[in-house]
Amino acid sequence: MNLTVNGKPSTIDGSERLNVTGLLAALKVAQAAYVTVELNGEVLEREAFDATIVKDGDAVEFLYFMGGGSAAFPQSRR
Amino acid sequence: MLTIPRAIHDDLIAHARADFPVEACGMLGGVDGAVSAIFRMANTDQSNEHFMMDPKEQFAVVKELRNRGLGMLAIYHSHPESPARPSEEDIRLALTPGVSCVIVSLAGAEPDVKAFRIADGVVEPEPIEIVE
Repeated sequence: MNLTVNGKPSTIDGSERLNVTGLLAALKVAQAAYVTVELNGEVLEREAFDATIVKDGDAVEFLYFMGGGSAAFPQSRR
Repeated sequence: MLTIPRAIHDDLIAHARADFPVEACGMLGGVDGAVSAIFRMANTDQSNEHFMMDPKEQFAVVKELRNRGLGMLAIYHSHPESPARPSEEDIRLALTPGVSCVIVSLAGAEPDVKAFRIADGVVEPEPIEIVE
């Protein structure tokens, strides 16, 4: 299956139906629990990863959650 | 080492001040450690202690970087009332590989901008060179 992943052509081996969870595993994405996925321009809800099947020609983007903040400093040195 | 043009360095501070007391956040783009673009982004938390980016905006900025032939070099945010060093939350949520964490502190008399590399919970200060 030929996909575009983060703007680059990517071929995924295997002929079985692949959902988004399986795709992230096939791409060996580390810490996939913290990844946000966009499929063909639409941001997917995490709850939809298992039910969403990727198809030949799809464009997939993934990014890690980006957040943080000044709360909870180590050693209470604020 | 991050090389940051003076104008972008000043814009980091201006963004932190503009959003005060809420934490400001955004991305820096460039090539090989040389920053050439700043993207102010929305803090969906609208908090003075947390920031979170909107995934749609994240994807839009990353595509814009790609279209310009740039990479994501840093994720920045402000600490309105605390020092320019990563909090426990910053360390835990530094998930994007190979990207610097830039923090703008407004806690002192003068703004303080520092960069860090964070991987697997280990924080390493990263030098910043400001270029004219």
